[in-house]
Amino acid sequence: MTTTRPRPGVPAGLRNTFARWAERVTTPLLPNDYLDLFDPLRSPARLRGRITAILPETRDAVTVVIKPGNGWRAHRPGQFLRLGVDVDGVRHWRCYSITSAPGRADGCLSITVKAVPGGIVSHHLVRHAAAGTIVSLDAATGEFTLASPPPARILFLTAGSGITPVMGMLRSPGLTTEHDVVVVHSAPTAGDVIFGGELRMLARTGRIRLVEIHTRDDGRLDPARLTGLVGNITDRSTWACGPETFLTAIESHWAAAGITHRLRTERFRPAPVATGEGGTVTFSATGTSVETDGTRSLLESGESAGVLMPSGCRMGICFGCVAPLRRGAVRDLRNGTLTTATDDGDGVVIQTCVSAAAGDCDVAL
Amino acid sequence: MTALQNLTPNPIAHLTDADIENLGAELDAIREQVLTSRGQRDADYIRSVITAQRRLELGSRAILLFSLFPPAWLIGTLGLSISKIVENMEIGHNVMHGQWDWMRDPAIHSTTWEWDNASPADLWKHSHNELHHTYTNVLGKDHDLGYGIMRVDEDQPWSPFLLFQPLTNLVNACFFEYGIALYDLEIGKYLKGRSDKADFRAKVTKVLAKVRRQATRDYVLHPLLSGPSALTTLTANMTANLVRNLWTHAVIMCGHFPEGVQTYAKTSIAGETRAQWYLRQMLGSANISGSPAMHFMTGNLSFQIEHHLFPDLPSNRYQEIAPKVQEVFERYGLTYTTGSLPRQVASAWKKIIRLSLPNKPTPAPGEPASSTGPRCEPVQSRTG
Repeated sequence: MTTTRPRPGVPAGLRNTFARWAERVTTPLLPNDYLDLFDPLRSPARLRGRITAILPETRDAVTVVIKPGNGWRAHRPGQFLRLGVDVDGVRHWRCYSITSAPGRADGCLSITVKAVPGGIVSHHLVRHAAAGTIVSLDAATGEFTLASPPPARILFLTAGSGITPVMGMLRSPGLTTEHDVVVVHSAPTAGDVIFGGELRMLARTGRIRLVEIHTRDDGRLDPARLTGLVGNITDRSTWACGPETFLTAIESHWAAAGITHRLRTERFRPAPVATGEGGTVTFSATGTSVETDGTRSLLESGESAGVLMPSGCRMGICFGCVAPLRRGAVRDLRNGTLTTATDDGDGVVIQTCVSAAAGDCDVAL
Repeated sequence: MTALQNLTPNPIAHLTDADIENLGAELDAIREQVLTSRGQRDADYIRSVITAQRRLELGSRAILLFSLFPPAWLIGTLGLSISKIVENMEIGHNVMHGQWDWMRDPAIHSTTWEWDNASPADLWKHSHNELHHTYTNVLGKDHDLGYGIMRVDEDQPWSPFLLFQPLTNLVNACFFEYGIALYDLEIGKYLKGRSDKADFRAKVTKVLAKVRRQATRDYVLHPLLSGPSALTTLTANMTANLVRNLWTHAVIMCGHFPEGVQTYAKTSIAGETRAQWYLRQMLGSANISGSPAMHFMTGNLSFQIEHHLFPDLPSNRYQEIAPKVQEVFERYGLTYTTGSLPRQVASAWKKIIRLSLPNKPTPAPGEPASSTGPRCEPVQSRTG
């Protein structure tokens, strides 16, 4: 349940009584099921948003402007949100950093998406999504945020789409010309720099000092070069966001310098889960783990490990055995179809009786 | 006509085990074609059906607020009847089958759906999806064969109580949603002491709570909201529920009761392969022929054969694959049982009336039902 701030004037008890009677009138559905017909954005219990614009950023990145529905609470600069998008009829959830400043006048927020190879959602958003589409949202979250008030001396280290949470911070009203801000951003070429125009403008007007590293010509950023590029880094509060190798290099450099406490990093969701034949199946609700091969159904594996598995026909027709797949990959024993889930499942449910582990996986049973 | 005699040749005598496995592979291929092409078009379909049904229900109930005026009563009742039928059949039944689970939309999902019917979703899913669809037409296993209160096959035992079964069927038709709820409680199993008492009591409590919620809505709250039209709204809601009950009962009777549908002995399904299971579904179900509107109003259960072969494929696809399935029937020399709604309803009623009497004495000894014949071989073939 989402908690909503009580509206002034109507006592909570009276409102609850009204809601209960309304539910009796609409049972077995909820009043929201009917109200959604008129305004899909009105219910705070089912947070949704409408895409109002899709703006190109680079040749493979766009900014998606979303008008969030009732129940959206302003984010802190640097936070991300979970976005549920239907691609070819199937709902997929992904996390994206919010690139707009909190409290925009039009009530909208924006995310910036780079099409990654094989990325179902990013490809859909960059190439196919259209204004007017309704998307599902989750509240903004994340600890990779700008302190309030922001420290005087700041270093942002970003690579590729790692610029997105930092852009959210750069755009926030909390950062002023009072702050000494250095941005070191890596991208393959100048044309690949997301927000390139805006960053260069911020640099020209003196808001930030911008160091662009075009890795195709300059090679990857070696953290040891940073002092030469931006001066003393030990007294700067640093936020770093980018690919795994980029972050590990930075982390070890900061650790070696003994200034880990000044560094904050953000990793985007891990790459697609490893798939194979069989693996360790974890039934997270019961805390049971079992090793399986790629031919045994999760249902059988769970049952043999003593997990109370819901089951029915045991042949894939009755859907009496469905359970959420929180993480990992499973293969349909009937046709080999692979189903994967990351980040607590994102609503992926599987039929355990016809699914076998295709790598380590975690089932919410 | 007797229970133990094959009146027509065994309909699968001409098929070898290899034939049956090939047939299974062909049906798997049809299923695969739908799975790989399943997508936005299907998602748009079910969402538009759900939206249209909810609008129709809202509109009808709004009109019924003025049901004191006879035209309002008529239009409102008609709309509400259609809305309830669509909600139960094309939406509820199919969503609870998991036909739309692939969309990963928690709002249209077999694990979260609850329907406008006396039977709670989880009880119905157990007795329908798990028992009926797995053990389709297996005597003693699939209680959909007469719902435990009627005899719809020669091989089911006769008792004097069954003399009244035409009346039983009529009453069941009128109160069908309550019939389903009672059926889903598996009272017979409880009376035989084969179910846990506490578990059974919990189920009864659940059913009663659902029945109370449903009845309060249709027979108390909506009439009260109608003010001066209270009484007419009450009769409108009763009528809509009756129409829904009669229609769903008629459609569902056509699925497995008409003449020509095969039944199976318990022993015949031991060690059944997936292909043999397909074959049992093919011969154990009957379709209804008719217009697209009729198919829609039956929740595409008029494609009962396709539905039983592939209970988890989206219902909008049954019509599309029906010609392919029928072609498989023809190539393998099997009978695709189908007929118009009036014909199939009449056929099912005829059988219920005929079987209210005991079987006629056997003129010659036949093969007993429990004999060990080829797997999947129907207990009996019957052309009516």
